[in-house]
Amino acid sequence: METKLAIDVRGLVKRFGDKVAVNGVDIQMPYGQVWGFLGPNGSGKTTTIRMICGLLKTSEGEGTCLGYDIAKDSRKIKIRTGYMTQKFSFWGDLTIRENLEFVARLYQIPSMKQKVDETLENLGLADRQHQVADALSGGWKQRLALAAVTMHKPELLLLDEPTAGVDPQARRDFWDEIHRLSMDGMTVLVSTHYMDEAERCDRIAYLANGEMVTKGTVANIIDRSGLVTYTAQGDAVRALAERIKQKPGVEHVAYFGSALHISGVNRELLEHSLKDFKSESVVWEEVKPSLEDAFIALMKDSGKDTRRHQ
Amino acid sequence: MRVIFASIRRILAVWAKEIIQMRRDRLTFGMMFGIPIIQLVLFGFAINSDPKNLPTAIQVEEQTPFVRSIISGLENSGYYHIVKQTSDPRESQHLLASGEVAFVVSIPAGFSERLIRGERPQILIEADASDPAAASNAIGRAKAIVASSLRYDFTGSLAQLRPTPDPYDLVVHAVYNPEGITHYNIVPGLLGVILTMTLVMITSIAMTREAERGTIENLLAMPALPFEVMIGKITPYVMVGAVQTTVVLIVAKVLFDVPFVGSFGLLAFGIGVFMVANLALGFTFSTIAKSQMQAMQLTFFFFLPSILLSGFMFPFRGMPDWAQNIGNVLPLTHFLRVVRGVMLKGAELQDIKAPIIAMAVFAVVASLVAMLRYRRTLD
Repeated sequence: METKLAIDVRGLVKRFGDKVAVNGVDIQMPYGQVWGFLGPNGSGKTTTIRMICGLLKTSEGEGTCLGYDIAKDSRKIKIRTGYMTQKFSFWGDLTIRENLEFVARLYQIPSMKQKVDETLENLGLADRQHQVADALSGGWKQRLALAAVTMHKPELLLLDEPTAGVDPQARRDFWDEIHRLSMDGMTVLVSTHYMDEAERCDRIAYLANGEMVTKGTVANIIDRSGLVTYTAQGDAVRALAERIKQKPGVEHVAYFGSALHISGVNRELLEHSLKDFKSESVVWEEVKPSLEDAFIALMKDSGKDTRRHQ
Repeated sequence: MRVIFASIRRILAVWAKEIIQMRRDRLTFGMMFGIPIIQLVLFGFAINSDPKNLPTAIQVEEQTPFVRSIISGLENSGYYHIVKQTSDPRESQHLLASGEVAFVVSIPAGFSERLIRGERPQILIEADASDPAAASNAIGRAKAIVASSLRYDFTGSLAQLRPTPDPYDLVVHAVYNPEGITHYNIVPGLLGVILTMTLVMITSIAMTREAERGTIENLLAMPALPFEVMIGKITPYVMVGAVQTTVVLIVAKVLFDVPFVGSFGLLAFGIGVFMVANLALGFTFSTIAKSQMQAMQLTFFFFLPSILLSGFMFPFRGMPDWAQNIGNVLPLTHFLRVVRGVMLKGAELQDIKAPIIAMAVFAVVASLVAMLRYRRTLD
């Protein structure tokens, strides 16, 4: 039996002039899951999200969102979707309450006043409701935005880098909220740069240069990367890093805390290269590659920021 | 029915948001009411199409009762203000060239003698006609002024020098503004100019501001239809226009004593159509411009011809046909006919039907363009 899909798009292409921002992306996302959307800056995450919720026309490709055609029924999709933009895009010269009231009115939320009061209470902003939104800190702005886009109980939540520039505690709170919303039955697609956030998702989709490079669970992606990773620990590792990078079979070298992660796909070559560096002051150990190792490898293969800035 | 009700609620949502933002933007808010008053007082008092007291130099080579009569006649007419008497032609030329005087009146030696002998001696008035409008009334009246100032000198044996009256009697009746008071014409016109400027400008930045601040993305992601956003954004400014109109009409009455002979209801109707035309145009601009700066530039691109070709500044009928055709596209042209017609001439609806229809057509076309150009996506 086929599972019902919240997002079902095939071959999405978006061109801006002669620049291809998204080049044939397929997404089949079932209802009720939380998906992480990853990829370097300019890889087409925002553009893909905007095409799904009808903010951008597709150049090619087709599909449905919540069962509605993304080309024809964008209004029906908008009513059932909450989209949180990357940059805070509520009205800074309106107060917190006025922003929520505006949203509530546009979505025709019944018993609006009560709903807004409730939302303010849940947010913990009841006593600050008459401040203009611009007066809020970055973390609070994000929480306000999330509250505003979920007030009408959307079936699908699209979050575009919601935690960029937010402190760790606020990030943690934000994700707790996302999980709560998911428990309530919302389907969530969230783009992010943070590995710890990615690890909290049911599935991950990795985009680079407008193409879907890989998707799957965290374990899946690590397995499929085929990486072998060694850690080196000790006082002398800092001095080793530059030299190890030059060796054959070493794909990338990265610090994790004070330890060095050295990864490669060819076990024999990697182990051969590392032999020269075995000494008493450094402790070598083979470990399971982390998601970050897998992503560093992916990013190396595909994609710097080739986006043209307007 | 439910659909219409829902639509009205969304319009009200946008409307309420605009009102709050308008109120909070102190500078714009102040401009909306400060500009009309300042413009009205400044231009209402300043603009005069019948300039008087123009500086004049007299270059006379003899002093006789005739010459003195002519000089005092010019002075008493109110048009000529004699600032200098000289007998040096080079000095008088310099005064004219430097712009210190607008006229040089030359009366040569022997003028009085030749006058008495009936030889029709010449009086020369040299006018600085580099600004034709400034000099024309004074020049046009010169002949009559000189004739009437000499009238009382031609008595007794000189009575035969009196000009013979015309064989007919020409009667000119300047209706609607018999005294030719300029601000009767300017002040109602200013109402149109002020409404054009503020309404087009404010609405033209309505959408571009959303685009510049990035809030457009949010607005588009929410389920408001283009016409709902447009109506919600335009109506607050209709109210602004209504307040501006009230201010202008009160100032016109209290400060300038401009007559209001027509029907107020008819004028209000004309103003309503005119405001919608301007607001729709401003909204169209804001769908074309990429930034608030561009929106301002578009507004001024429209505003200048509106002032110059509408008949506000210069007589509409004085323009060549092609310029009149351009002028006829502008709503201000038609509004001037309405406002001057109703206020000064007491025009009825059938007298001003044509300009009102013209403004309505403009409003409909501009609204259609705005709706077609309104971006539903971020493309």
